[in-house]
Amino acid sequence: MTDRRTTIKLIMAAAAGVPALRARANYNDNLEPGAAANGPLRAFEPTKRGYGPDPDLVRAYEKGAFWPLTMNAQQRRLAAALCDLIIPADEHSPSASAVGVVDFIDEWISAPYPKQQQHREAVLKGFTWLDGESRHRCARPFAELHEGEQRAICDRICDSRRAAADLRGPAQFFALYRNLTAAGFYTTQAGRKDLQYIGNVPLTHFDGPPVELLRKLGLA
Amino acid sequence: MPFVTPSTQRGPYDVIIVGSGAGGGQAAYTLCMEGVRVLMLEAGRPYTPARETPMFQTPDMAPLGGSETLDKDKGFYDATVDGGWDVPGEPYVSVPDKWGGHFTWWRARMLGGRTNHWGRISLRNGPYDFKPRSRDGLGFDWPITYDDVAPYYDKVELLIGVYGGDTSLENTPAGPGGTLLPPPAPIVSDHLLMKRAPRLGIPVLPGRRAVLTRAQDDRTIPARLHPGKSRAQTILAQAMRKRSPCLWATPCGRGCGVAANYQSTTVHLPPALATGNLDIITHAMVYEVTVGKNGRADGVRFVDATTGRHEHATGRAVVLGASACESARILLNSKSGQFPNGLANSSGLVGRYVLDTVGSSVSAQIPLLESLPPLNEDAADGLQVYVPWWLYKEQLAHKLPFPRGYHIEYGGGRQMPATGTFAGLEWLTGGSYGKKFKEDARRYYGSFVYFDGRGAMVPNDNCYVDIDPKVKDRFGIPVLRFHWQWGDYEQRQAVHMQETFGALAEAMGGRMQTPIVRDPVKAVSPGGYMIHEVGGTMMGADARSSVTNRWSQTWDVPNLFVADGGVFPYNADKNPTLTIMALSWRMSDHMLERMRRREL
Repeated sequence: MTDRRTTIKLIMAAAAGVPALRARANYNDNLEPGAAANGPLRAFEPTKRGYGPDPDLVRAYEKGAFWPLTMNAQQRRLAAALCDLIIPADEHSPSASAVGVVDFIDEWISAPYPKQQQHREAVLKGFTWLDGESRHRCARPFAELHEGEQRAICDRICDSRRAAADLRGPAQFFALYRNLTAAGFYTTQAGRKDLQYIGNVPLTHFDGPPVELLRKLGLA
Repeated sequence: MPFVTPSTQRGPYDVIIVGSGAGGGQAAYTLCMEGVRVLMLEAGRPYTPARETPMFQTPDMAPLGGSETLDKDKGFYDATVDGGWDVPGEPYVSVPDKWGGHFTWWRARMLGGRTNHWGRISLRNGPYDFKPRSRDGLGFDWPITYDDVAPYYDKVELLIGVYGGDTSLENTPAGPGGTLLPPPAPIVSDHLLMKRAPRLGIPVLPGRRAVLTRAQDDRTIPARLHPGKSRAQTILAQAMRKRSPCLWATPCGRGCGVAANYQSTTVHLPPALATGNLDIITHAMVYEVTVGKNGRADGVRFVDATTGRHEHATGRAVVLGASACESARILLNSKSGQFPNGLANSSGLVGRYVLDTVGSSVSAQIPLLESLPPLNEDAADGLQVYVPWWLYKEQLAHKLPFPRGYHIEYGGGRQMPATGTFAGLEWLTGGSYGKKFKEDARRYYGSFVYFDGRGAMVPNDNCYVDIDPKVKDRFGIPVLRFHWQWGDYEQRQAVHMQETFGALAEAMGGRMQTPIVRDPVKAVSPGGYMIHEVGGTMMGADARSSVTNRWSQTWDVPNLFVADGGVFPYNADKNPTLTIMALSWRMSDHMLERMRRREL
């Protein structure tokens, strides 16, 4: 929850031994670490571009309702290709891009909040690396590669713990992108259905699990 | 018209209440039901749960899948309005502790305050919790006993509706029977804990939360709570009939549009308003209690946030229920020639001995819970069961390196998937993607459990608030400066929590991504994180050693009372809200008695 800059700021403040104003004024600007602690104290300013501290919680929002989406057509093609490599269609559910995950990721990396801004940097950098690697290997952008060619690249970066030292950055990007793809996909109706989530419906009574299941698990 | 403005207030009022949360809401309820005319001042905006609560909205309807942002620190759908770890235009100052940690302060600026989003966990303090110093020589005893408060726990449980189970475990009291609603059925992960924890000698009990597992008995409860008062009974019965039992869906932290759980805005304020005795001014930021020449409080000053004007409201008595630290701030800012150190502060203890709850958490993955068949496990939104503190005897015999206990809040199950549900699974999946990742998601979904330790804190001299000499908020009101330092006891307790979680996870056949934390400094979460801050206007046996007396009445100003957690001289492991309400009701009864005797 605490963004990196705030963390750094607090560490600096602690190191300097001065009280820190506990207010996160530096949403959108490039305040240098420690400046708030040592410089003039500033009151919190609600984000100008975010949804603010009192949004209407009842209505449903289209992606991009609060801030514009920013990916260009080429980035969207790559985003869709990578989404669908991570979550392809199968017998249970459609692919990620088919249920709007590209828009989800675009909204995410276009958001004004510090965490999302960091993710924006990481995702766009990862896109550049992925297309560069594709062109280097196959002379085509990633989105135009066959699945086998895509997998040959991604197999080397899909586990950040096992990735080669020179691929650590791309592997971290892949881990982040997989997290975002899963976040977008499993929060849709299709994703919930795939997981057989059957809650979020009003019930007149709640009885707990069937006793046969508990017996099978040795918990009856 | 119950909602009034500074210019349309219908004084004179008997009592001014500052704050509309658990303490202020309970005081307004008790006083108004007995015919007292009350003006309530709330710093935030009006809030209508029936209209504003996102009951069945799914994450895909929200920006960023509903995840946390700096605008909504606990996610888009959290009920908190204009608040969180920061309130726009209302900063505070925090002095870092010796490890660089900071106290963080959660606030809400809305009618009902933090009761709209809280966890609804409603545990009674036990007999030991009121007399901790007598038991182990540390901290302070309350000037009251469990038996003094027990009748008010009964009343609050009957009024707000609390589910739970009666127990006879040491220092874990329940009412005389009939005050609790039936607990919800346990889900699969609960059954696993119930089966395995006892092997370690760790008890598991039904949870206790302010959620209606069935409709309240509107025929008998009103008469039990308001004997001989037919109008009050009628009003309460009507209010109870407007509440729905739990729908076994949609998280309580969003608030409840059908009033199936307790929040001040759905339980305390509607009947209080129905009496016609309650007026409310919202957007009223109180900064000072005013005192007449006779040394008695005659009202409060506040800024109308809609106009920026400074206003004055008057009454025969003043109740502060602005939250522990905010009430201390008001008293410290109520300086005058007569009271140069702030009001009610002849002891010098206003703002002192602020306490929070010790928090420490672990998540574990349980192979037995993988690939379960479809189950609706929304249940009561958590805490179907919990672990009460169980090592009282060991502690008394000094066998543990910390004097006070903790309980474990436990959760798991096939909850509605959120943006973080499948993040960071590499340690289990080996980095799968493609169809294998989808299979892994199905396999691991619902197989995680969470242990959250919630521990008692021994008061210490290093935890206090004062007024920052420079910083002011957007209204020009001087702000609080927090000083915080966990003691060794709390840090050791947090390590014990971690070790217990590790043992429980192992007993459940679970595994953890990272080892449990044995570094005492890192094991405990930062001060304020549990949002259980209490103290600062502690009650005690005499005017020298406390700010308030056994009736939550300030020693120095006889018609000034504190209804929030400020009066706690000690914060047991039990979550404070139920006790805040019980003490506020008790305080209000005492005020009524004094009003009858024409002493107020």
